[in-house]
Amino acid sequence: MKYLLLIYENEKDFFGLPEAEQGKIFEEYMTYTRNIKKSGNYIGGEALQPISDATTVRVKNGKTVTTDGPFAETREQLGGYYLVEAKDLDEAIKLAAGIPASRTGSIEVRPIMPTPPID
Amino acid sequence: MDFETLYREERPRALATLIRLLRDFDLAEDALQEAFTAAIERWPREGAPANPCAWLVSTARHKAIDRLRRAKNFAAKQAEIAYLSETASSSDPVDETFPDDLLRLIFTCCHPALAVEAQVALTLKTLCGLSVEEIARAFLVPPPTMAQRLVRAKGKIRDAGIPYEVPGSDRVAERLDGVLRVVYLVFNEGYAATSGDALVRRELCAEAIRLVRLLRSLLPRVSEVAGLLALLLLQDSRRSARLDAAGDLVTLEEQDRSLWDRAQIAEGEALAEEALRGGGAGFYALQAAIAALHAQARRADETDWPQIAALYALLLRLHPSPVVALNHAAAVAMGERLDRGLRLIEQIEAAGSLSGYHLLPAAKADILRRLGRRAEAAVAYRSALGLVTQDAERRYLERRLREVSAGG
Repeated sequence: MKYLLLIYENEKDFFGLPEAEQGKIFEEYMTYTRNIKKSGNYIGGEALQPISDATTVRVKNGKTVTTDGPFAETREQLGGYYLVEAKDLDEAIKLAAGIPASRTGSIEVRPIMPTPPID
Repeated sequence: MDFETLYREERPRALATLIRLLRDFDLAEDALQEAFTAAIERWPREGAPANPCAWLVSTARHKAIDRLRRAKNFAAKQAEIAYLSETASSSDPVDETFPDDLLRLIFTCCHPALAVEAQVALTLKTLCGLSVEEIARAFLVPPPTMAQRLVRAKGKIRDAGIPYEVPGSDRVAERLDGVLRVVYLVFNEGYAATSGDALVRRELCAEAIRLVRLLRSLLPRVSEVAGLLALLLLQDSRRSARLDAAGDLVTLEEQDRSLWDRAQIAEGEALAEEALRGGGAGFYALQAAIAALHAQARRADETDWPQIAALYALLLRLHPSPVVALNHAAAVAMGERLDRGLRLIEQIEAAGSLSGYHLLPAAKADILRRLGRRAEAAVAYRSALGLVTQDAERRYLERRLREVSAGG
């Protein structure tokens, strides 16, 4: 099964860290990514720019309305994701628990809904 | 042939195997129901098969294939039917059950990715065979709400890929804690609450004991399983003495101890001892040891309170929680000195984590009453009355309040 692991963290906590600390965490992410590539679980994954760079788009009465900022102000923000292949939820949970942010923030595990291929 | 006993004994095992084979909770439950109906019809006539469980599994599996064939979206089900027919090719009811199937079912129903109330409902439905109406009545929610809760839980098992597996050795201890907690919740729901349908509540306690006995047969060497079974048997042994004729709560101190179930106490004591010897000081084993000390006292004033206080102190150190701290304080008050117990309760009060819990002011009131500080006791009884939700407990607190208020 495919699972999306959504990484939520308080951005301010992360960006408030000294540069050396941030670097250490980046390195941890690189090691983690390398490991799940080697184990065959990795399908994709990216880090996101902070919510100050987010734009929210809605179409109302045919008119595009954009607002500055994220969909919702929350204590923790979506900071990145991994798309993984896992044999079941237990394996996905194990993968989620390996993401560095699981110690400081939270990882939401969402199964991907199977849909017919589109060509 | 006693079908009721048969249903009770064979159903969980047969269902556990069917869920593995059919990979569908609902289909397995419906097909097994049909197989039972067939058994009631045929066995009295043809005689019971040598292995009833294998017969039920095999019959239910064929019923499931029929059901899929009859289903409207027949084409879409082709692959599934082919798979099932292939694996069901032999018409002889070979025994396909594995002891692991029951553990698979237990661990799946109690998977931590499900909400706790869903774990409890699913366990009662699939492992105990209670109906949606019975579970709804036990938890005082409307049946459609309970049905929805079960549908959602089964949906998550299917769609989120919750595995039908016994967890690996690295996770099994942690996951077993969750299973034991669910069993304990089922028991407490039957034991602690006195409102609602008394028969359903009695049934919940019996189901919890049955479940933990089942767990013990599957995991005989895990001492916390023995500890939980001991605890439930010892608490349940006081059942007939806990309520008076009017349905009012009778405290441990005032209970008629001749009503306690001595056979159950003997079994509980032996298990508590085994649990303590085998696994050291587990959460349930320690509580069972405390319950055993209460059970051993022939009269309330023969209770070994210093020993109980010592066990609570150990429990508090190994498994700290505000409720354990409160029980420890009460035991200290009874065993050593009332004023020391009162001081401990005041510390818990100051920490604030139990604010809103009626037993905190109730315990304080009890100590103040024993100390003869009646006005302060009345204040504490009143704040307990402001928080209590159960009728029998409310009547008990009101009686105590009248006592300390009477005659200044």
